[in-house]
This record gives sequence, C-alpha cells and structure tokens, in this order.
Amino acid sequence: MDSVISIRQLDKTYKSGHKALKSIDLDIRRGEIFALLGPNGAGKTTLIGVVCGLVKLTSGTVIADGHDITKDYRAARAKIGLVPQELATDMFETVWATVSFSRGLFGMAPNPAHIEKVLKDLSLWDKKDNKIATLSGGMKRRVLIAKALSHEPKILFLDEPTAGVDVELRRDMWKMIGRLREQGVTIILTTHYIEEAEEMADRIGVINKGEIMLVEEKHALMKKLGQTRVTIGLKSKLDAPPDIPQALDLSEDGETLTFTLTGEGDAEDAGVADVLKALMEKQIDFKSVSTKRSSLEDIFVDLVEKKS
Amino acid sequence: MTINLHAVRAIYFFELHRTWRTLFQSIAAPVISTSLYFIVFGSAIGSKMTLVDGVSYGAFIVPGLTLLSILTESTSNASFGIYLPRFTGTIYELLSAPVSVVEALLGYVGAAATKSVILGTIILITARLFVPYEVVHPIWAAIFLVMIALTFSLFGFILGVWADGFEKLQVVPLLIITPLTFLGGTFYSIKMLPEFWQHVTLFNPIVYLINGFRWTFYGKADVNVMVSFGMTLVFMTACVALIAWIFKTGYRLRN
Repeated sequence: MDSVISIRQLDKTYKSGHKALKSIDLDIRRGEIFALLGPNGAGKTTLIGVVCGLVKLTSGTVIADGHDITKDYRAARAKIGLVPQELATDMFETVWATVSFSRGLFGMAPNPAHIEKVLKDLSLWDKKDNKIATLSGGMKRRVLIAKALSHEPKILFLDEPTAGVDVELRRDMWKMIGRLREQGVTIILTTHYIEEAEEMADRIGVINKGEIMLVEEKHALMKKLGQTRVTIGLKSKLDAPPDIPQALDLSEDGETLTFTLTGEGDAEDAGVADVLKALMEKQIDFKSVSTKRSSLEDIFVDLVEKKS
Repeated sequence: MTINLHAVRAIYFFELHRTWRTLFQSIAAPVISTSLYFIVFGSAIGSKMTLVDGVSYGAFIVPGLTLLSILTESTSNASFGIYLPRFTGTIYELLSAPVSVVEALLGYVGAAATKSVILGTIILITARLFVPYEVVHPIWAAIFLVMIALTFSLFGFILGVWADGFEKLQVVPLLIITPLTFLGGTFYSIKMLPEFWQHVTLFNPIVYLINGFRWTFYGKADVNVMVSFGMTLVFMTACVALIAWIFKTGYRLRN
C-alpha cells in the first residue's frame, strides 16, 4: 500500500497534562479522500496540527510524502496545504496579495497564472482586488482554501471545511475536492457531519478521546454506524403497536409510529418499504413518512458507551 | 542547506506593504513629533544655551532624538508585525510553512529594521532644516544606525511573541524605552550629572547607544566608542539568542 502519510505511535500531551493524542497509528493512502470524524475535543485538530507543524509532538513519528515532519520539516511542509477551522485572515490585505504571499511563504516562485486559476476555480476571481475584511464569511473560507492551494500541495488538510458554510459553498467545495482528487491530491478532512463524510470520503477514521477507534472503507462504516430513524404519522390513532414482523414504537398519543434502521442505501430503503407494505396489508393508513439520519454525535455516544 | 528565499521575500515585502498602508502612523507621526523637539529644544531654547562639548545644543540633541524614534519605532513595528498574526490567528500559516527561524527573522526583523533606517534618514534630513550639524564618521553612523535598528527590531519581535495583549505592546516602548532614552543622555551629556548619577546612568544600556551614535557625528562622546559598539553587539547577540530559544522551545508559538 502506498501511504502518503504514515503516523506511528504518535503521542501528544499538552503542558496542562491533557493527553490529546494517545499512540496514534494511521496511514493515509496516496490520492484518497480521508474523513476524520469525531466529537468536539476528540483530538482531530491536534492531529492535523501535529502533521502540519502547528503542534509539537510529544513522541512518535510522522512521515509525509516520504519526509519526516520533524527532521525534514521543509520538504514535508512544502507538500502540505492546510485550511484551518478558524477564519483567520489578514483583514486589510487584498485577496490577490494574501494568496500570492502564501505561495512565496511555501517557497514557490511567483506564478500569477496558477494563482489566477486557483481564484477562478473558487469563484474568487472578481474579488481579487477586494480587501478581505469586505468579504462574507463564505468568501473568507474560499480565500483560506485558495491560500492553501497556492503552492500546489500534494496533501490538503481541511479542518471542518463546511462549518458555518451555506449550501451553495458546500456544494462548490465538494466539487472542488473532487477535482483536486482527480489531479492526484490526497485530501484529509475533519467533520462532525456523517453526511459529509458519506458524500465525499473513500475511507473514514473515527477518533475519540485522543484514540483512533476505527478506520474503515466508507461503505463498511456506513453499514456499521449509519442509523436512520423513521417516523410515520398515522391518519387515525392506534391503541397498540401493529402486529407486523418489524418492531415499531407507538407514541403515547397513538398518532405516530417510529423505528430505527441500520445500514445504508438499498438495504435501508428496502427496510422502509417493507414496513410500509406491512402497514398497508393491515390497512393502517398513514399521512406522512419522514426519515432522519442519526447525527454522528448520537452515534458516538453509542459507540463510546459500548466500549466502556 | 538551501534557504527559502521566496519566503523571506514574501514576508519582507508583506511587512513593508503593511507600513505603506499605515504610512502616516509609521513615518509621518514620528517625523512630526521629532520636528517639534527640534523646534522647541533645538531652535527656540537651544539658541539660549551654551555649547556642549563644543557643539551647539541643537546639534548635540540630533543623534539622541533620532535614536529615540528609531528605538521606539523599531520595537513597536517589529512587535506588531509578529503580534498581529498571533492575535488574528494567521500565524498558523507561518508555523505550517517550510520556513526556518532565520528566514522568519530575515523577513520580519529585516522589514522592521528597513523601515526604521528609512525613518531615521528622514528624521536626520528633517533635522537639518532646523539645526546645522555635521557627521564626521558617516560610515560608522550608518553602521550604528543599522545595528541599532536591527537590535531593537529583534527586541520588538521578542516583545511581540511574549505579549498577550495590545497593552504590553504599547507599554514597553512608552514606559521603558522612552524614559531610558530620555535619561540616557539624549538631552544632556552625562558629565552634567552629579557624580553619583554619572555611575548609575552607566547601567542604562541606551547610554551606550546614544553615545556611540553621537560619536559618529562629532567625534566625541561620554563613553568610548568601542565600548558603545561592543555593548550594541552584546544586546544584538542577546536578542538573537533569546529568539533562537523561543523557536526551539516553541514558546508561545507552538503548543
């Protein structure tokens, strides 16, 4: 397997004594989109920080594209682009100036054609002479992405790229990530949202309390963790749950039925269809059906409780 | 080992550009305030005063007043240069970039020192409008000017890394550097002090800077010029050593 990032026995203990990362072993494959999921405070940002050089590791090794991030930090960092979670920008600079600055900082000769391409890809071209302070939050996020891409990195880290971002930008970002992957860029993103991981990632890693709990192909993981809560609104009240093969919960007022499905895709749709067919056979009429994917936070609670 | 010259250039011009953006605050304000000193102490009061070491009072205060601006401006420029990214969070980019300590310093401190040297030159030219003075050792004057600008830009960099609020950035130039400069012989020869204070004042590092710089103008000073030069080198080395430690330990920069 060709690993573009290889993390071995990585520990990070902050001065306060807080163990943010515990014996992390992780390989990121070249060219994949890897989603790192975990609740707040799980260690996602710390892990990214170590690889990118923002956080000093306590022990262990990290190899990025063949270069040790401590001993050979120049070569390693030149390959990496980082889009941080916080919207930290030079408010009084223009978009063009700040993106060109980033390219220089990462040791690349000026290349206006590349900067132009990056800005156009991110729909920032008509804003290139605007001061960053005048841009909306979504546009600032785009500027941060443009900065991270200015030096043509092989590895791109996106820390919560869609936090507080509108639907349009989220879609644009997914498209952009797809294009980058086609160019051979490896992408590592963190997120709270399972849908986002589901939409984009090839593989998913779950981190909690500083430990990698599992790393799996997306489809395998969705089967394991993905849950859907289905709510059926009834036309008339029931006194008891209907007598069908599937176990359904009846609400106290007798007006709604709920049940939970695990797995993803076809299996899930079939599960809903089976229940609806069974209800129709029993001549139980309904006025609405809604499904809701469980949030990652819920899943974590389950996962963590099971483990402890 | 190669040096990341693109990064040095990027930081250097980015910082100079910041000055350009704040031209009034960076250049005009110190020039105007120094001119006021020359008008009051140089032309108005100075004309009523006797010669100091054979130099007219107006001319005597030129080196010290120029340094007053250089010291405070170097410190505050360099401290803002590194504190602003820390404050806004944009420091993440510098820390994640393939940039060494030396390169970061060349960029940030180089830009701050450049700015100070330009400022010092403008002040000296302005001073010439109010008081006649000469520079007998112009090359040494340039060396002192650049060294002092570098030293206090390094010091400002340290201040910018250490400070945890804007208040500290302003307090240090205002409450430490300015008083030490005033008491360091900007307006008087230390020989004018009572004997006890002549000794005490030698603990003020700025005495050496002012006297070294004044020697380059008039060939005379209260302190031997080599002592001044040596002391300036010591301050510079101390600042470089402290910065090397900051980056090595990640103090206040990396978690």
